[in-house]
Amino acid sequence: MEKITILEGRQKQIFEKKSGVEQLDISCDTSSLSGSVSQRACVFCGSRVVLYPVADALHLVHGPIGCAAYTWDIRGAVSSGPELHRLSFSTDLQEMDVIYGGEKKLYHSLIELIEQYKPKAAFIYSTCIVGLIGDDIEAVCRKVAKETGIPVLPVHSEGFKGTKKDGYKAACHALMQLIGTGSTENISKYSINILGEFNLAGEAWIIRKYYEKMGIEVVSTLTGDGRIDAVRRAHGASLNVVQCSGSMTWLAKEMEQKYGIPYIRVSYFGIEDMSKSLYDVAKHFPKRTDIMEAAKQVVSEEVKELYPSLQKFKKALTGKKAAIYVGGAFKTFSLIKALRSIGMSVVLAGSQTGNKDDYARLKEMCDEGTVIVDDSNPVELSKFILEKKADLLIGGVKERPIAFKLGIGFCDHNHERKIPLAGFVGMYNFALEVYQSVMSPVWQFAPRKGVKI
Amino acid sequence: MLLRHTSKEVKEREGLTINPAKTCQPIGAMYAALGIHGCLPHSHGSQGCCSYHRSTLTRHYKEPVMAATSSFTEGASVFGGQANLLAAIDTIFAVYEPDIIAVHSTCLSETIGDDLQQITRKARDDGKIPEGKHVIFASTPSFIGSHVTGYANMLTGIAEQFAVSTSAKKNQINIIAGWMEPSDMREIKLLSKKLGIKIVLFPDTSDVLDAPQSGKHVFYPKGGTTVSELQSTGDSLFSIALGAISAEPAAIALEKKCKVGFETLDIPIGLTATDRFIMKMSEVANVSVPDEITEERGRLVDVMADMEQYLYGKRVALFGDPDQLLPLTEFLLDLNMKPVHIVSGTPGQRFEKQMRQLLDERSPETNFRNGLQADMFLLHQWMKNDPVDLLIGNTYGKYMARDEDVPFIRFGFPILDRIGHSYFPNVGYSGSLRLVEKILSAIMDRQDRDALEEKFELVM
Repeated sequence: MEKITILEGRQKQIFEKKSGVEQLDISCDTSSLSGSVSQRACVFCGSRVVLYPVADALHLVHGPIGCAAYTWDIRGAVSSGPELHRLSFSTDLQEMDVIYGGEKKLYHSLIELIEQYKPKAAFIYSTCIVGLIGDDIEAVCRKVAKETGIPVLPVHSEGFKGTKKDGYKAACHALMQLIGTGSTENISKYSINILGEFNLAGEAWIIRKYYEKMGIEVVSTLTGDGRIDAVRRAHGASLNVVQCSGSMTWLAKEMEQKYGIPYIRVSYFGIEDMSKSLYDVAKHFPKRTDIMEAAKQVVSEEVKELYPSLQKFKKALTGKKAAIYVGGAFKTFSLIKALRSIGMSVVLAGSQTGNKDDYARLKEMCDEGTVIVDDSNPVELSKFILEKKADLLIGGVKERPIAFKLGIGFCDHNHERKIPLAGFVGMYNFALEVYQSVMSPVWQFAPRKGVKI
Repeated sequence: MLLRHTSKEVKEREGLTINPAKTCQPIGAMYAALGIHGCLPHSHGSQGCCSYHRSTLTRHYKEPVMAATSSFTEGASVFGGQANLLAAIDTIFAVYEPDIIAVHSTCLSETIGDDLQQITRKARDDGKIPEGKHVIFASTPSFIGSHVTGYANMLTGIAEQFAVSTSAKKNQINIIAGWMEPSDMREIKLLSKKLGIKIVLFPDTSDVLDAPQSGKHVFYPKGGTTVSELQSTGDSLFSIALGAISAEPAAIALEKKCKVGFETLDIPIGLTATDRFIMKMSEVANVSVPDEITEERGRLVDVMADMEQYLYGKRVALFGDPDQLLPLTEFLLDLNMKPVHIVSGTPGQRFEKQMRQLLDERSPETNFRNGLQADMFLLHQWMKNDPVDLLIGNTYGKYMARDEDVPFIRFGFPILDRIGHSYFPNVGYSGSLRLVEKILSAIMDRQDRDALEEKFELVM
C-alpha cells in the first residue's frame, strides 16, 4: 500500500510495541503542532464539558456567539430534574464590546438571567478574547454574587491558555469554590463522591445504584445529573471515587489536601474494571465486612446475568481487531480489557490527553505490534487502521465518518453515545453495539479497508 | 417540557442572547473553502475553534471534514500568531499536500491584530509556498456578523485571489453559490446543463461533503471548483450571485478586479425564485428554456394546485439565514400559507429591508426580527403568544416543536439529527416540489394524528 508520511515532529508521539524495543519515550502533554489536523479541542471545551451537567446552575458563555452555539446541548448528560443547562446563554460579544470591554454586558446579562431563572449558582466561562480585552470577570462575578446572593463563579477557560486538560482544571477550580459551603450534617461515614461521571445516557444512575445496593451513601456526583446543593456538601464524603482521571484527578487531590478525603481511581467500563470499582470502594471500609459481601453480591448477580448474554457476541467477534482513539487514556485501559473479554484484540491505542504514566501503562497492557499514539490526526489514524487491518474504531464524533469511509465498524465512546456503556448493563450494550457495527450486512456491499470489491 | 424556562412575556434584553439563531464567522469560511478542490481550510486561532467547526460540519454531513489549526498558545497570543501560521504552512504543505490552504482568522487572531495578508505575503517571500500551490485568506472575526458573513468573506477571498482576466473572454457564466447544500449545488449544475449553459460554479461542495463510501479515507475528495476554473472566472461573460448576503460580495469583488458584470438573485428556492433564476440564465446566455425545464415547472404548479386546500392559511414560524429565508418566505406566500414569525440571528440592514419589503406587500402583520437578540428564545416566546401550525428551521427547532407540539421541518444549517439535506435539493423546481411534499406531509400527518374518529379521512 502507498506510504503515508508521519507528520514531522510527531514521531515522538507515536510508538509501536516491539520486542527488543524497551524504551517508551512518548512525548505527550504538549500542545498540538501548528498546522496539524488535530482531533483535539481547547481549554473552554474542557471546562464546558465538565461543568455542563450541573443542571440547576446557570451556564453563561462570555464571548462571541460561536463558543456558546457549538456547545449548546451537544453532550447527552441527562438530568432527572431541571433542564436549565440545556439552554444556550451567551453575551454574544460584538466589535464594540471588544473595543470598549464586555463587563457591562456581562453584568446585565447575569442580572437578567438570575432574576428570571433563580438558579442555585452561576458559572461564567471566559473565552479567548475575554482573556485579551481584559474584562475583570472576577469583579463582575463578585458584584453579582453580592447583589443576588448566589455563588457566581468565574471559569477561566480562555481557549488558548493550554489544552483541554487545563480546561478541566479550571472547571475543577470553580467546583472547589462551592465544595465546603454546604452542611455535612447526617452524612454517613460510609459515603463517597462519584467524580468524573457525567451521566451520559444515564450512566451515573446505574453506577449510583450499585453503590447504594452496597449500603454506601453517594453524597454527590461530579458532575453527572449534578446539583449545586450536593456539590456544596461533597466535602462530607469519606472517599472520592474518580473516573475519567483526566478531568477530575486534580479536584480529588485538592479535596484530599483541603479536607483529608482520600481518593481512588476507577473505571466503570467492562466487567473486570466495573467489579474492581465496587470492590475497591468496599475495601476502603474494611470494618464493615457486610459492604464487601454486598459488593460481591452485586457483582455475582450482575455477572450471572451478563456473562451468558455476551457469548453470542464473543463467538462472532473472536479474532477481530480494534483501534481505539479516545479523549482520556484511562478509558483506553478499560476498553482494551473489555474488548478482550469479547474476543477482540487491540491494534491501535491512543488518546488526546494521556500523560507519560498512562502511556507507560498502556504499553504494558498492549500486545506486540500495537501502535500507541498521542494527539493523533486523521491521516495517521487511517494509515494505522489500514496497516493493522482493524475491524472497528472506537472514538468520537470526528472519527466516526472516517471509520465508515474505510469500511470498518465504529463505536462512539464519547459525548454521542446514545446508550449507557458504563456498568454491567453497559458492557452488554457495548458488546451489542460493537457486534452490530462490525458484523453489519452493509460491509458486504462496500469496498473495505482500501480494497475494491 | 425541555424549554419550560421560556417565559411567555417578551421583554427587551440588554445584550443577552439565548438559544442563538446563528453561529460565528469561521465555520462559514471553512464550509466555503471545502467547496474548492484540493483545498485544506485552516483556522488561525485556538485549537478549539477548528475542532468545533469540524465537529459541527461532521454532524451535519456525516462526513469526514478536514481542516488544520494554528494551535495558538499563550505565547502566540502575546507575540502574535505569525510564527504559528508560518510553521503551519510548512507543516501542511509537507504533510497534507493540499493544492490550496485557505486561511481564515478567528476572534483571537483578529483581536491580537494578526494581518493575514502580510503573513501570507511573507510566506510567499520566504519561499514557503511550493510552485503551483496557493495560500489564500479571509478575515473572519467572530464578533462581527454571523456564520453567513464568514462564508461571504471567504468566498470574496477566493474570487479576489484566484480570478484572472486575460484578453480572451470565455463563453461561460459564473454562478456564485450562496450558502447552500451539496445537493443544491448539484441541482444548479444540472439545471445549467439542461439549459445548455456552460457555467463555473463556486464554491461547489458536491462530491466533497456527499462523497461515496470507497473503502478509503480520501483527504481531498474529487469534488470542488478547481483552481483553473476559479482563475477562468475573470474571463467569464457574466456572474450570477445567488444570495445578496452570502454570494454578492464575491461578485462585487470579481467585477472590481476583472470587470465581469453581475446580477444578484435569490437562491432559487420556490417557484418564483426559480423562475427568476431560469429567466436570467436564459437571458444572459441567450438560450431558450427547454421543454424539460418548463415541464418540471408545470409539475410543481400542478401539485400546488392539487393541494391548495391543505396549504391555505397555514401559519408558519421560520428561522435561519437571510438568503434562504427570503425566497422561502416568498414561496410560503405563493403557497397561500401564512408566515407568522420570522427570525434570523444574522444582522444587517440589507436583509432587514428586503424582508420588510416582501412582508409589507404581502403579509404586513408578520413578526420579523434579525440581528442581536433575534434568537430562538424570542421566536419561542412569539410562538407561545401567537401559535403556529408549522415550524421550519435547523435542528435546534426541535425543542420548540416538541414543547409546543407543532409539526417541524428541518431546513437550514445545522441539521444534526436527520439526513437528506446533502442528497436532495431544496432549489430549482424539483427541489421546491420536495419542499412542498415535506410541508404537506408534516401538515397532513398532523391532521391524521389529531382527527376525530368520524373525521379520519382515507382520501386526502
